[in-house]
Formats: sequence, C-alpha cells, structure tokens
Amino acid sequence: MESSAVGTELSTMLSQLLDDAEIHGLHRLSGGASRETWRFEADGRPLILQRQRAGDERDMLIEAGVVRAAGRGGAPVPALLDARRRDDGMAFMILEAIDGETIARKILRDDDFADARSRLVGDFGTALARIHALDVATISGLQQTDQVQYYTDVLDGLGQPHPVLELVRNWLIDTRPPAGRATLVHGDFRLGNMIVGRDGLRAVIDWELAHLGDPMEDLGWLCVKAWRFGATPPVAGLGRYDELFAAYEEAGGAPVDPVVVHWWEVLGTWKWAVMCILQASVHLTGAARSHELAAIGRRVCENEYDLFAALEGHW
Amino acid sequence: MTAPHDAPNANELLEAVREWIDRELIPGTEGRLRFHARVAANVLGIVEREIELGPGQAAAHEARLARLGVGSDAELAAAIRRRDFDDRADELRALLLESVLDKLAVANPRYVTGAG
Repeated sequence: MESSAVGTELSTMLSQLLDDAEIHGLHRLSGGASRETWRFEADGRPLILQRQRAGDERDMLIEAGVVRAAGRGGAPVPALLDARRRDDGMAFMILEAIDGETIARKILRDDDFADARSRLVGDFGTALARIHALDVATISGLQQTDQVQYYTDVLDGLGQPHPVLELVRNWLIDTRPPAGRATLVHGDFRLGNMIVGRDGLRAVIDWELAHLGDPMEDLGWLCVKAWRFGATPPVAGLGRYDELFAAYEEAGGAPVDPVVVHWWEVLGTWKWAVMCILQASVHLTGAARSHELAAIGRRVCENEYDLFAALEGHW
Repeated sequence: MTAPHDAPNANELLEAVREWIDRELIPGTEGRLRFHARVAANVLGIVEREIELGPGQAAAHEARLARLGVGSDAELAAAIRRRDFDDRADELRALLLESVLDKLAVANPRYVTGAG
C-alpha cells in the first residue's frame, strides 16, 4: 500500500485515466533520479506505471511508440494501455503487468527455471528476429548514433584515460563491419530486461535505449561476459552462439555473420567498461553517494580482462 | 604496525570490520540491505588487498611505463590513440595485461579463475 501524498495523487490520476477504475495496491518497484516504476491494480487488473520527470534526455513517448510497434509486430512485450505527457512535462506509460522473474541470477540458477533455461536462447533468437523485422518507418523519433564515437566522448569527458580501452578502441575502428540495413535495435537486450516464466520468455521490457542501427548489436550485447552473470555459456549464460544464430535465422532474421556479432560483443564489453567508470563517477562527483556505485569503479578491470579474452587470436 | 600508531594496524582493523559484516550483519539482514552489506564487505576486502599489494604493484607499474617511455597512464592512453605503439603491439599488449592482472589481484582475485 502507498499512503503518501505522492501515492494519493498518482491513484487519483490513474483512476481518471482508466475510466474511473478502482486503484488498489499502488507501490513503487524501482526508482532513479528521473524515472520510477510503480505496480498497482485497476479494478483487479495488475498494471505497471512508468513515469519520467520533465527534462530527462530520453523521451518516454518514443519508447512508448516502440513498445506499441513491437506488440503489433508480434514481439513479446507488455500491452501498452496509455502513454502521454502532462502539461507539467511529466511523461508516463501504463502497461500490462506480466508475471515472472527478471532477476538474472535466479533465472540462471533456481530449479523453477530449469525448463525455461533450455528454451530461452531459442526464445531470444525468435524475439530478436521479430524486433528487427519491424517497419522502422512506423516508429517516430528513433536516433542512430556512432557508438564508438559516442562512448569515446563519454570516456574523454570523465577524464580517466585507460590504455587498454584505447587499444581496444583502435581495434574497433580498424575492424568495424560495413554498415548494413539499419533496423530497430532494442539496445539493452539481456537478462534483467526480460520477464521469464517457467515456460520461457514472456516479455521483453525496458525499451528506453531503443534506437536505429545494426541488428547484430542486440545479438552481440546479449553475449557480453557481464551478462552471463558468472555462468559459463556465452549467450546470456544460457547457451551456445550457434543455437542463438540458428533460432534467429529460423524466425526470419537476416543471415548471421559470427564475425560481426563478435565485433559487437567486443564493442559491448568496451562500452560496459566506460559505463562502469561513469557509474563510479556518479558517486565521486556527489550526484548520488553510494558505496555500491563506488565499488563498480573497481570492476573496470574485469571488463578489461574480458576484452583481452575476447580478442585473443583476433588482434 | 606503522609508528606512531598502536596495534591493530590498518589492515587488521579493516579485517575486524569485514569479519563482523560477514559473520553477523549479513546473516541478520535480507533483501537490499543484505546485498549492500555484501558490497561493503567486498569493498573492505579490496582495501585490505590494496594495502598489502599496492606498493609492490606501484613499483612494477612504474617500471612498465618506463619501458614504454611514458610517464603516466594518461600519456600512454594518448600515445595509443595517436597510434604511436602500432609497431610495438605485442609488447604493449603483454605489459597492459600485466597491469590488468595486478588490478584484478586487488579488486577481484577470483575473477581470473572464473570463480568471481
């Protein structure tokens, strides 16, 4: 239950938006500086509210458009009931709540998910093929950025030069695959952003990083070592590369060149190293004091080690 | 002990707090608080290892930088971006891997064996 003033105000707003439905059990699931996720029931139907304060660099209404298009295209996503921006700049989405687990370590280790684990790599390949087949002309506001350039700028802005990251940056520039057809890219397709049930993948969530780009980016990111959460198999800690590629192609995805996926896996590992430096700097600059964020700064060397492992024989 | 301080030394103090977190705080908590207690114990472990290994690692790092003819990681990073080391690639990679392994020996020694 949520008895605070914020909760009361939200309940009133939700009831008005949902045809005077009775709102029960409103509680916050997670929240950051600019974005919050709440769960509630409207006339007994479990729903999710995501809201974003004015001024966030990402536009939640673009994300809402992507979720709507993905649902129409047969990708597993929660149904979108409403999305709008209020006069005060606050943007929000109301989505169907889907039962299941999002915590990666549970999905990878709990007995409840043993059957799901044997299916998930196939489910991921199928879902990605559907996402990449969506007609991007029907989705507004998608950006396409050069990620090597973007994260180089982030790294330079942090003022903590890392020789290993420069070495890998040179490799990324020298071996960059030719640009192919740009598709919708989820942008953060990994355990943690999936709702998984005993029967396998139920929904892909957290579309805020969706953009236009090389579809192989999603396949490579799914294989980054950090997203194996300590498990051995390369694809999300769950399965083999060839299983993912076969499922993707069978569901209508473009033929996969493993060399290109490997490039994106290296790019993803490099990018995650930069993001670890960034997270520690959030603590160090005082934006959010947290020993958890501080400790992430000492994980940069894990990524550097992973980069050496991923590039062994490829330099 | 480092004069003029009394025992326990810095490392022994950190160890004492870390043992308390592991033995009493973590079993007595759950959820987010338990996770953050684990992170805290882990951070103290990093500091303990850095106190122990740091001085030797700093000297080894100086020697690596000297071998490459640069004065700092910042200089080295800039030189790599300028492609100054393209003709010494094997040597550079071997030295950089040594640095990474030293950092891991402090930050997460189990990572290299796959257990971390």
